[in-house]
Amino acid sequence: MFNYTIRRLFLAIPTLFFISLIIFLLLDLAPSDPTANLPLTIPPEVREKIRQSLGLGEPIHIRYLLWCKQFFINEPLNIMEQWFGWDIAGDRLRVLSWQTRSPVVDLIVQRTPQTLWVVGMSYVVGVLIALPIGIISAYRQYSWFDQVGTFISMIGFSVPTFFTGVLMIVVFSVWLGWFPSIYDTTHQVTDWASFWQQIRQMVMPVAVLALFNAAQISRFMRASMLDNLNQDYVRTARAKGLGERTVVLVHVLRNSLIPVVTVIALGVPQVFGGAIITEQVFKVNGLGQLLIISIQGGDLPTVQTLTFIFAFLIVLFNLIADVLYGVLDPRIRYD
Amino acid sequence: MRLTKILLGAVAAMAMSSAAQAERGADGQVNIIYWQAPSTMNPYLSGGTKELEAASLVLEPLARYDQDGNMVPFLAEDVPTVANGGVSADLTTITWKLKEGLKWADGSAVTAADAVFTWKYCSHPEGGCAQSEKYNDVTGVEAVDDRTIKVTFGVSKPFPYGPFVGAQAPLIQAAQFANCLGAKAPECTDANFGPIGTGPFAVTDFRPNDVISLEANSNYRDPAKPAFAKVTFKGGGDAAAAGRSVLETGEFDYAWNLQLAPDVLANMQAAGKGTVVSSFGTLVERIMINMTNPDPALGDERATAKHAHPFLSDMAVRKALSMAVDRKLLVEIGYGDAGRPTCNVLPAPEIYKSSANDACLVQDIESAKKLLDDAGWVAGGDGVRAKDGKRLSILFQSSTNAVRQDFQALIKQWWSDIGVETELRNIDASVFFGGDPASPDTFQKFFADVEMYANNFDGTDPESYMANWECKQAPRPETQWQGNNMPRYCNADYDALVAEMAKTGDLNERARLAKAMNDKLMQEYIILPLVDRGRVSAHSNTLGGVVLNTWDSELWNAADWHRVKSQ
Amino acid sequence: MTDIAVNSLANARPPRSQWLDFWEQFRTHRGALFGMTFFLFVLLIVFVGPYLWTLDGQYIDIRARNQGPSLAHPFGTDQLGRDTLSRLMAGGQVSLAVGITAMALSLLLGTLIGVMAGYFKRLDGLLMRLTDLFLALPLLPLLLVIIMLFRDTLRTAFGPETGIFILMVFVIGITSWMQTARIVRGDVLAIKEREFVLASRSIGTPSRRMITRHILPNVLSPIMVSATLGIANAIITESALSFLGLGFPSDFPTWGRLLFDSTDYLQQYPERVLWPGLAISLTVLSVNYVGDGLRDALDPRIRGR
Repeated sequence: MFNYTIRRLFLAIPTLFFISLIIFLLLDLAPSDPTANLPLTIPPEVREKIRQSLGLGEPIHIRYLLWCKQFFINEPLNIMEQWFGWDIAGDRLRVLSWQTRSPVVDLIVQRTPQTLWVVGMSYVVGVLIALPIGIISAYRQYSWFDQVGTFISMIGFSVPTFFTGVLMIVVFSVWLGWFPSIYDTTHQVTDWASFWQQIRQMVMPVAVLALFNAAQISRFMRASMLDNLNQDYVRTARAKGLGERTVVLVHVLRNSLIPVVTVIALGVPQVFGGAIITEQVFKVNGLGQLLIISIQGGDLPTVQTLTFIFAFLIVLFNLIADVLYGVLDPRIRYD
Repeated sequence: MRLTKILLGAVAAMAMSSAAQAERGADGQVNIIYWQAPSTMNPYLSGGTKELEAASLVLEPLARYDQDGNMVPFLAEDVPTVANGGVSADLTTITWKLKEGLKWADGSAVTAADAVFTWKYCSHPEGGCAQSEKYNDVTGVEAVDDRTIKVTFGVSKPFPYGPFVGAQAPLIQAAQFANCLGAKAPECTDANFGPIGTGPFAVTDFRPNDVISLEANSNYRDPAKPAFAKVTFKGGGDAAAAGRSVLETGEFDYAWNLQLAPDVLANMQAAGKGTVVSSFGTLVERIMINMTNPDPALGDERATAKHAHPFLSDMAVRKALSMAVDRKLLVEIGYGDAGRPTCNVLPAPEIYKSSANDACLVQDIESAKKLLDDAGWVAGGDGVRAKDGKRLSILFQSSTNAVRQDFQALIKQWWSDIGVETELRNIDASVFFGGDPASPDTFQKFFADVEMYANNFDGTDPESYMANWECKQAPRPETQWQGNNMPRYCNADYDALVAEMAKTGDLNERARLAKAMNDKLMQEYIILPLVDRGRVSAHSNTLGGVVLNTWDSELWNAADWHRVKSQ
Repeated sequence: MTDIAVNSLANARPPRSQWLDFWEQFRTHRGALFGMTFFLFVLLIVFVGPYLWTLDGQYIDIRARNQGPSLAHPFGTDQLGRDTLSRLMAGGQVSLAVGITAMALSLLLGTLIGVMAGYFKRLDGLLMRLTDLFLALPLLPLLLVIIMLFRDTLRTAFGPETGIFILMVFVIGITSWMQTARIVRGDVLAIKEREFVLASRSIGTPSRRMITRHILPNVLSPIMVSATLGIANAIITESALSFLGLGFPSDFPTWGRLLFDSTDYLQQYPERVLWPGLAISLTVLSVNYVGDGLRDALDPRIRGR
């Protein structure tokens, strides 16, 4: 297992470089233009000058190598300088966003808290709701609880967040006035009152996303539980005279969690990817919003960097999922 | 003597009363929402409207345009003209004089050297300055003394108000940007995000593409202004959400550019928390007609002047397409009070507005049919007209936007009524308006028969706007598909008018030329104007002093904004 | 397992076809039966309905815009006066066709890659890295590239509508198989270590037979869940794509697009949101029940219980 993990970790490095290259080529091929969003009153010659000043005149391999250097060498050095207060050679070019002309990594650092608060919290809430629903639904298959649970989770999954979000705003902000419709990213939690304010502004986006996440995970949990409830070992356990609670919550649950853990682990990178539509609807302005406006604005360095970090998390969590798999199910051996 | 005393007394009393009425920062906080978030505070690095408007709270030009398109001095004492001697008789120099005692927000003095630096900053060849057009033909900017700025042009400039005028070309502080010239411009993140300005507010925290926090500028030239101590400028979301937050929940005080269906907006306003305001500029939603053949079979010569369009080169067809459109209905469906039907591609200012083409305001399907019949286009079995084996089948493209798609559907139906078949296509705005020569979907390449979008011009002078339809402006492979002449219109008479306007100084004569150009385009049906689009914004009922301005930044008079006390 | 065999021996019935058994079991699942009936009903309305309700969903009757339900327009009209019922039916044709084919494509890809990766150790690393790559690719630029490269070719080959349909199905299919692949692979890895696989390998079952007879039936339940979620996902993705101008022409109604367009009118005309929303949810729900029933019916351990 340990060998396997180490091997996978080493294998991840060329994989990630390959992915970064593919993403770069893809973005370069895509029809986008950093000057597309400027008013039409700005003449073509000026646009061409802007493109040149962004380095778009350079050939593609130079731009790729420059990005690699900036991201893999300059940025880590910069972080080390900040952490340890070192001063290595001062003048290093960092990855600059074309839209804001500021370092992309700083933008990401600025955006991460609200994304983690809202999207991360909704994921946790979603999982916490989904697991019990999935377990009970499977154990009492076709009971009213199962039917209602299925119905709600299907609604949660099939009605898009652009609709549920707006519906919630209309009901709870416009009609009832309970929650703010616009998320304040500058809000700081200092005392109970501001903590309460933070909760209030998080309720709606978290609820919308949690419903969506819970729908998906509870379906997988239920299916997996159903598979295991009919296995021979369950009958054996019952025959041994173990209590129903032990049979379900220890024997069946542990085995059923194996595929669900994969699903959960694979979903974690999505948390960092942000929730584009929900962030847009509630004006959370997190990583998802950053990605979408960068794509729309043709801001290649930002898209490239964000997507790469995203790819890194995906590879990492896939590895974690695989390792967890081996830990949870000793029969699976990778070596 | 007595009179002077009385006057002095009156002035003193006025000053006191105004001081008693308003005090800087007395009205607390104002919240502004722009559904597109500004990505920088430096208007020279991004030409986007949202960035210009956000920056206009902090940075100021020498003069701005007011709500009627008149120039009003801001940092300058007055607006130089030939009459007052500020503009030289040969129209090659303009001399501005700064107001006395102007200070930057950090307390240092504003001098003519700052203007000289601003010009250098924007005209640096490696800087990629988005507003360099404003400084076109400028050969030198000179600080005659601390308060006098002399701009020299290489050619005679009938309209010399490009440099340092309007939200596009404000003054920046030389001391702050000294190390940010040319290629170094993007590296000055702190300066770009928090420029030191002369405007009513100063940046305290800038989060790109998210939110800007500002506070009253303690060195603002009018000691009683601004009334607000703090500004929160939030960005992001969509127009409907922005409108809702001002008109329905009252969380925000001002929302910008609410492009929403008229009935949606009316419903929001009915909640009683805010007011919708609109104003008209030069923005015209129009259909461009491709005079060249976009057939893919032509390969590299597709949509170039080498091949005329198989049927749109027939003026009868173009005219029929225009006659079949009901512009009034389009306005009613898409813009309501924020639009009016127009038959001119140059709808304003008033002196440039032609009335020669107003016949197009009335839809006339029958005459359109007759026109096509007379021209020999007869309907086939499927109801689509054809002549010599050429069917009137049109590919109609536009950018993705709810109103535009409704317009496309409506127009498709009208055209089918006169026997023209239409296929619709909508393209994401970032691709459509992006100039990527590799993409087949840009509005410059125009690989379609007709396309719809909106365009306008900066300020009040239409010279460069009307020059868009010069023959040489046509996008083509040799220009990497850049250029503004989308219809690929090519007419020597028109080009002559453009050349004449470039050397004409007299305003009335310029107006005559501009009108003549407009009429030429309209009467040949090269461009089918549809709607003169206004700007729609909303402010809460407790926010006073809002004057919507389409000629400059909407926030141009934020210094005068104040809280309306409920009686 | 043994008691089923004993039972059938005791009853000494003639051998029954497997599919009949399957149907017998499926029939006992009330939800599944109901789901299937409803799904067929939706298909019927959507594909046969337009012959009975002949108003053209693209015809604009501007004087009749924003109307509530009436005899002339049972579901009302939209902001341009187009009949909502006709648009729902026309939109259903597209949404269902896209949803089902795209889901089938993504299931096929996902299952194939998942089984391959789980079963053949040598392919595992490569295929899973491929999955990582696809998960990491930014969807929007990918779509823009695909559309830029293939739209005009497909348009000339198949005409504007079929061309876009093929493109949509392809795009949604190849960008949504990854999760299925991961899950299937995980299950295959676990099943591979079971005794019955060992037993069947010891009697020399070839890989192909092993996969189709022993592995696949056992990973059916996660595949069924993926299928249910996949249809909903495809319908929603299609609406997001149309919204971005990457999908069908704008005057071409689909359920997702109808829902999106009417969200702005949520407060004035709530019924306009209700219909497409209900159509999507109920369809997905019915597919889900069918999926449940299928899984139960295909699982020999449950069958006959």
